Amino acid sequence: MKVDWSSFWPQIVEATGQTITMVVATLIFGSIIGITIGLLLFVTRENNILENRFLFQLLNFIINIIRPIPFIIFLVAISQLTRLVVGTTIGTAAAIFPMTIVASFTIARVVENNLVSIDPGVIEAAQAMGASPLRIIFTVLIPEALGPLILGLTFVSVSLIDFSAVAGTVGGGGLGHIAMTYGYQRFDGSVMLVTVLILIVMVQLAQWIGNTLSKWIMRR
Amino acid sequence: MIEFKNVSKTFRSGQKKVEAVKNVSLSIDQGDIFGIIGFSGAGKSTLLRLVNMLERPDSGAVHIQGIDIQKLSAKELRKRRQRIGMIFQNFNLFNARTVAGNVGYPLKLAGIPKKEREKKVTELLQFVGLADKAKDFPDQLSGGQKQRVGIARALATSPDILICDEATSALDPDTTADILKLLKQVNQDFGVTILLITHEMHVIQSICNKVAVMEAGEVIETGNVFNTFTNPQHVTTQKFIRSVQQDLPSKSILEKWKANGGKKLYRIIFQGDITNQPILSTTTRKHHVDFNIVYGSVRELQERLFGNLLISFTGDDSHIKQVLKELKTIVKIEEVDDYESGLV
Ligand SMILES: Nc1ncnc2c1ncn2[C@@H]1O[C@H](COP(=O)(O)OP(=O)(O)OP(=O)(O)O)[C@@H](O)[C@H]1O
Ligand SMILES: [Mg+2]
Repeated sequence: MKVDWSSFWPQIVEATGQTITMVVATLIFGSIIGITIGLLLFVTRENNILENRFLFQLLNFIINIIRPIPFIIFLVAISQLTRLVVGTTIGTAAAIFPMTIVASFTIARVVENNLVSIDPGVIEAAQAMGASPLRIIFTVLIPEALGPLILGLTFVSVSLIDFSAVAGTVGGGGLGHIAMTYGYQRFDGSVMLVTVLILIVMVQLAQWIGNTLSKWIMRR
Repeated sequence: MIEFKNVSKTFRSGQKKVEAVKNVSLSIDQGDIFGIIGFSGAGKSTLLRLVNMLERPDSGAVHIQGIDIQKLSAKELRKRRQRIGMIFQNFNLFNARTVAGNVGYPLKLAGIPKKEREKKVTELLQFVGLADKAKDFPDQLSGGQKQRVGIARALATSPDILICDEATSALDPDTTADILKLLKQVNQDFGVTILLITHEMHVIQSICNKVAVMEAGEVIETGNVFNTFTNPQHVTTQKFIRSVQQDLPSKSILEKWKANGGKKLYRIIFQGDITNQPILSTTTRKHHVDFNIVYGSVRELQERLFGNLLISFTGDDSHIKQVLKELKTIVKIEEVDDYESGLV
């Protein structure tokens, strides 16, 4: 059974909107949480400005546990928690919750890796000038790591587009849902093709925005 | 100004223990350009970092203007650090900030309003000769220019102390000379006390008035530069001094000299006004002894003359003895033994 494209387009547009909502919302929440955890992870390291062995080990442990779990399994595994927090396990909002958790920990690692590549001498220079740890975080660590950080976030958003499609197949809505129900289960190749094309365009766009932004920030 | 009182610092990593600084006592006076020299791993950086508590001592104390800075609270320490400028071998500039942004950063920390900050930044960039680079980013600058930015940044909050960790070690000889000149100017124009560390004796020779030699965490010799150069006590100090002024000809020349029946060599060291007097010729003429200058130099150090000559004497042995005896009352003279010349 083929879809009737004249009436099907609005559904595609809506699904695209849902996918964008999932990705953007996850990126925003995930960045806020992820950057915070990443910074904490970095500054609590041994010999760093707020060295704290316990906090570092704890955060490191949680990240190492969650990151290797395949997203589709994680999604299902925490569905009870999702119901508790969001109130339902289907729909866009219900997809954003597990996506945000996974994105946060991924972003935390990306942030940590970018911070590690900052020359420790620069941090020391700020300390020697009398900068407080908080001051160093906001006026040295973040600005110095921002360019590569944006590239890292771009990389994460591209995989979020992927995650949103996965979430879509299990009731999250969006393009993944459309591709699954119309393209796959009803064997409509044209729907599959259109959703794939839209996803490709979205990925390209995200990459382009990220590249431009980071280039602008690094100014060279 | 700065006083190290029996400070020790040991690093422990796992089973290994490194005593980086061992019971060091030193005192640096207001207006000094004090140089600490030592080979790699001697503990120089660690000692320097004790001044602004980037490293905390295990025992002993560091007093700055009479205040034990280890006893300051975190907040007080940050305030004090604003008046201790620091420059680094690798410059450590903020890459995400422009030259002006780098120099303005410590002023921002100190809470200086924008207008005043801009004025001060302009002044400082003029002082270091980089007024036209204000809007550039560090990676657009040469090493020497980066260090100038580092110096301007360190001076921004008008510190009374400037500490320099191998400030010229990453620079070529010409640029090194420029930066050293600039540091001297900082000391003279602003009365900033400078504590610098280096492994290059020529840095000490060109700008320091006092020096301490470090080895394996300990200060093995300290004093004013002229005395230390003209009369080094410790073998390591002598080694460092030879790196800038060779006081002996090479081993092969000495071997040849010996093989050709060369006589005993004596080293005469002249200091200051004595270099103006014909001591050698008067003494030798009086005793009918001839002398031959085999090797040597007279140079300027700390605005005083300093001569180092290797001499052999020809004549009656007893007369030579007389000459030596008389010279000894006026200048420093010693026999160059085979050990010193590296022939053993
Ligand atoms: N944070 C640290 N942890 C462990 N060991 C350290 C640390 N900092 C310095 N050391 C050790 O302390 C000793 C002295 O180091 P320091 O950096 O003070 O030497 P230095 O004289 O400045 O040498 P260089 O000329 O190579 O800079 C070295 O053996 C070094 O390995
Ligand atoms: Mg060092």
